[in-house]
Amino acid sequence: MKSSGWFPRTMLAVGLTFLYAPILSMMVFSLNNSRLVTVWDAAHSPTLKWYVELLGNDEILDAAWLSIRIALIAASGAVVLGTLTGVALARFGPFRGRTLLVGMTTAPLVMPEVITGLALLLLFITLQQAIGWPRGTGMVTIILAHITFCTAYVAVVVQSRLVGFDESLEEAALDLGARPGTVFFRITLPLVLPALISGWLLSFTLSWDDLVITQFVAGPGSSTLPMVIFSKVRLGVSPDVNALATIMVLFVATGITLSALWMRYQNRRRERDMQLAAAANQ
Amino acid sequence: MAQNMNQRARRLVMGIPLVWLLLLFVLPFLIVLKLSFSQEQLSIPPYAPFLHWVNGLPQPLLHISNYTFLFTDPLYISAYLYSLKVALVSTLFCLLLGYPMAYVIARAEGTARSVLLMLVILPFWTSFLLRVYAWIGLLKHNGVINNILMYLGVIHQPLTMLQTDFAVYVGIVYSYLPFMILPLYSNLEKHDVALLEAAADLGARPFTTFLRVTLPQSVPGIIAGSLLVFIPAVGEYVVPSLLGRTDQLMIGRVLSDEFFENRDWPLASAVAILMLLMLVVPIMLFQHSGGRQMESHR
Repeated sequence: MKSSGWFPRTMLAVGLTFLYAPILSMMVFSLNNSRLVTVWDAAHSPTLKWYVELLGNDEILDAAWLSIRIALIAASGAVVLGTLTGVALARFGPFRGRTLLVGMTTAPLVMPEVITGLALLLLFITLQQAIGWPRGTGMVTIILAHITFCTAYVAVVVQSRLVGFDESLEEAALDLGARPGTVFFRITLPLVLPALISGWLLSFTLSWDDLVITQFVAGPGSSTLPMVIFSKVRLGVSPDVNALATIMVLFVATGITLSALWMRYQNRRRERDMQLAAAANQ
Repeated sequence: MAQNMNQRARRLVMGIPLVWLLLLFVLPFLIVLKLSFSQEQLSIPPYAPFLHWVNGLPQPLLHISNYTFLFTDPLYISAYLYSLKVALVSTLFCLLLGYPMAYVIARAEGTARSVLLMLVILPFWTSFLLRVYAWIGLLKHNGVINNILMYLGVIHQPLTMLQTDFAVYVGIVYSYLPFMILPLYSNLEKHDVALLEAAADLGARPFTTFLRVTLPQSVPGIIAGSLLVFIPAVGEYVVPSLLGRTDQLMIGRVLSDEFFENRDWPLASAVAILMLLMLVVPIMLFQHSGGRQMESHR
């Protein structure tokens, strides 16, 4: 393929620097001894003292634990709903309500979060007045809200995976007498499994990361990690947040690198198997 | 029998998400719309009931006072206009930076392409809030950028960058850049190289080929990416709260303040409805372009 000129290459370098400089600076300053965050205290740095302080901060640890539980449940719920949506949109052809479903899965992708958050809270309060459920706001309402906005992302991922495969596999199984349920679990599900995994991970990240919608539906008493971080950094920079950020970035980077390597390994193995099969046929 | 079961399963598969989203995505907006015509009241929840009973018959109460108030107080109008301006400028910068990046990635080969793509996506997987926060440390009066520039002798007085329009643009471009790059990349990647070669063979210069062949073909990607940045940027809350001016608020912040600080829920709802009205056309455009993109995958 033709390589691109010097201008776009320069822009790529500028863009990547722009993306990574803040993250790197946060990581470097997480090792800084000074409380003045951006002034490097060369005499006493690098130090791990902010990491130690972080591990002793119960407020942050409690919030992180709450966020993990919410993200686990919300991601799993969103994968179920998102898969149903994706299958309906990709495989059912035209049906009544399709346009509505398409609209309801694309709008949340761009909807400003303040609007979604306000709307969901008002819904929960109206429901509470009308049927007495949910009782107050807290973990349950946060999970319901997160499932709702994550579903849209999973639906898009699953749908685009499904339209990439043609339906002949499923049709062949149906022709051979398999029940629709069997076809779904034996053929469709394994085909979309990579999409389910990335959809789940994406939902987990979105839920773990969400501040604005959560702030509306959380109510007093339940503070997720982003809420605690936001109230801390609103008052200015604090060095233990740098340490927390570094841990999170390293965790994500390791995860993504490992999954990329694993996918490469799987691809190589598949290629080798196909070559072996081809050789055996001769 | 099997056909019957098939039908029932189908109905279940499309019915469950349809009902869930109607209940938790559409219904809430109707409640916001309703509440925006209500009045503030000192009670829990802090708004007057929608229905007023007269002689045993319900009379709906519609107040447009919230809307008239929004148009009479210059604070709200300037917040709306400022948000539009910030979103437009940020989208433009995202496009100017993101397009060449997507272009190089789409032209790269094999491993280089996947590595570059991963480098663009990776920040997206790490906390949005923390990445915005990182800019405070860079842009501060005694922050990293000022320190470096002063060390190099470029400037002698620290520049004021935090709590300016500039900081908000930087924050929004920074956090939304992947949303611009990914649709552009998936568009540019599908372009037929033969067309470019044909143009080159016929004597077109690279820049001419870009303007006359590549750019027109990538319009759907440009539209999708720009809308993915523009629409949420209008209502952005975190970036202006952490990096932005204190004398000029964006509308997302105004909504949140009305709700949390002033506890005026009906007014906050009216702010939300007006914001939605501003965004209806872009959102419908996005749905249209998104829908077309899906069809073209088939």
